Amino acid sequence: MPKIIYNHADGTHDVVDAPAGTSVMRAAVTGGVAGIVGECGGQAMCATCHVYVRPERLAGLPAVSEDEDEMLDCAAAGRDSERSRLGCQLFAGEAFDEIEVDVPESQS
Amino acid sequence: MGTATQGSRVVVVGAGQAGVETAACLRDYGYVGPITLLGEEPTAPYQRPPLSKDFLSRRVDADGLELRSADFYADRGIELATGRRVDAILPAERRVLLDGGGGLGYRHLVLATGARNRPLTVPGADLDGVCYLRTLAEAVALREWLTRPRELVVVGGGFIGLELAAVAAAGHRVTVVEAAPRCMARVVTPVVSDHAEAAHRRRGVEVLTGTGVRRILGTAGRVRGVELAGGRTVPADVVVVGIGAVAATGLAAEAGLVEGCAKGIITDEHGRTSAPGVFAVGDCAAQPGPGGALIRLESVPGAIGQAKRAAAAIAGVRGTPYGEHGMEDERAPAVPWFWSHQGELRLQIAGLPEAYDRAVVRGDPAAGRFSVFRFSAGELAAVESVNRPVDHMAARKLLARSIPITPEEAAELTFDLKSAATARA
Repeated sequence: MPKIIYNHADGTHDVVDAPAGTSVMRAAVTGGVAGIVGECGGQAMCATCHVYVRPERLAGLPAVSEDEDEMLDCAAAGRDSERSRLGCQLFAGEAFDEIEVDVPESQS
Repeated sequence: MGTATQGSRVVVVGAGQAGVETAACLRDYGYVGPITLLGEEPTAPYQRPPLSKDFLSRRVDADGLELRSADFYADRGIELATGRRVDAILPAERRVLLDGGGGLGYRHLVLATGARNRPLTVPGADLDGVCYLRTLAEAVALREWLTRPRELVVVGGGFIGLELAAVAAAGHRVTVVEAAPRCMARVVTPVVSDHAEAAHRRRGVEVLTGTGVRRILGTAGRVRGVELAGGRTVPADVVVVGIGAVAATGLAAEAGLVEGCAKGIITDEHGRTSAPGVFAVGDCAAQPGPGGALIRLESVPGAIGQAKRAAAAIAGVRGTPYGEHGMEDERAPAVPWFWSHQGELRLQIAGLPEAYDRAVVRGDPAAGRFSVFRFSAGELAAVESVNRPVDHMAARKLLARSIPITPEEAAELTFDLKSAATARA
């Protein structure tokens, strides 16, 4: 099963097995990973599932859409031009089989 | 035995968004006592908003709707009991009585009983083929009806009705009947109503406004049409009723523990009711809004915010993690916001849809991307955004911090809303 590693600012991390088709946001919310909110339910409309993808995991991810691009500019934590993504737009088994992300300190 | 004794139990009645969030937040905030989460529906807690959208269109199935994984509850020591109804609350004894006998003592009781469908009361409303759309079971039934082409009449041009109309328009003949002069009249300005109605009509949906339903016609117990107030009959083999909801306050009212249950269980800003140790959160609660007046919200963000504040009060922590600036100011309820997806229309509303004296449009409705800024006595009151989530995000910041902007600035596309929302704080 695809795997997602969430790194937190305090040095801890969560590892979640995500069934194919599950987004980085949904896997975090259902699994209770702190710091990822997903207020809008996954429509790229709230920027509360902002994550920084680890550089070595960026290859193969789908391009940032226009909607996602706009919302990333609204994220509470600063946008990283390479690494910032919305967790709701990255799907296990499609965008990645294994991914590692850093969770921002704030989402709103 | 430490502090985690039976005497410190929190019982949460209702396993929807607000109830689940309360239980989860209690653990996040360090509450160590037992937590029991009681859900009346037989299924594990699930997200309701997708029922009228991705679930109905079969983009997700029931297992994709779950609010939390099964492990989540077990890992946190949250006793989840589904298919259990609470028959009565005994506030003097701090106990609830469960269906089928048995009771459960509590130190804190959180009522998260939600809302129920406002029933259509015209003749014929009990015919086979008349559906509602609030629970998973209702959504499953409706999805089953729609497995072959139908003549579908939607009674009520609000969020739910229009969302399902947008989904059903692909493959079914859909008519929306709205009693008010325009759709979503209670929550959006005429500009947005007009835009939405036009979009639905382009999709092939017949939208009839200012039209009541006189009765539902049937043959052999099955729906065959809807007779409108003006006398016209619209053929139908499925009728979906989406005419709003009423707070599920029965338990609280019967227990006599809260006054003024007509519109919701009245609480303070932490969700405390008039009875010691009893809280109410989510759709069933009437809590003080940003202006201090009691409001009952039917919204996921509203439920989450209320759950956080109640959990913080019960757990005895100040502020809540992951709110504004990391810690939410518990004295200042967040700006209410709402959303609806109707086909290509992604509508977001920041602020309460209350009286306004001026509304300006930012962007171009003809291009399908615009916002309406409502002002009251010169102050920004609410913002409706259609396919402009960036405006919505800025609006929430402007409203949360009462940052002044003028109607002229709001309407000017070259005016940088986002900078104003951060720079003028």
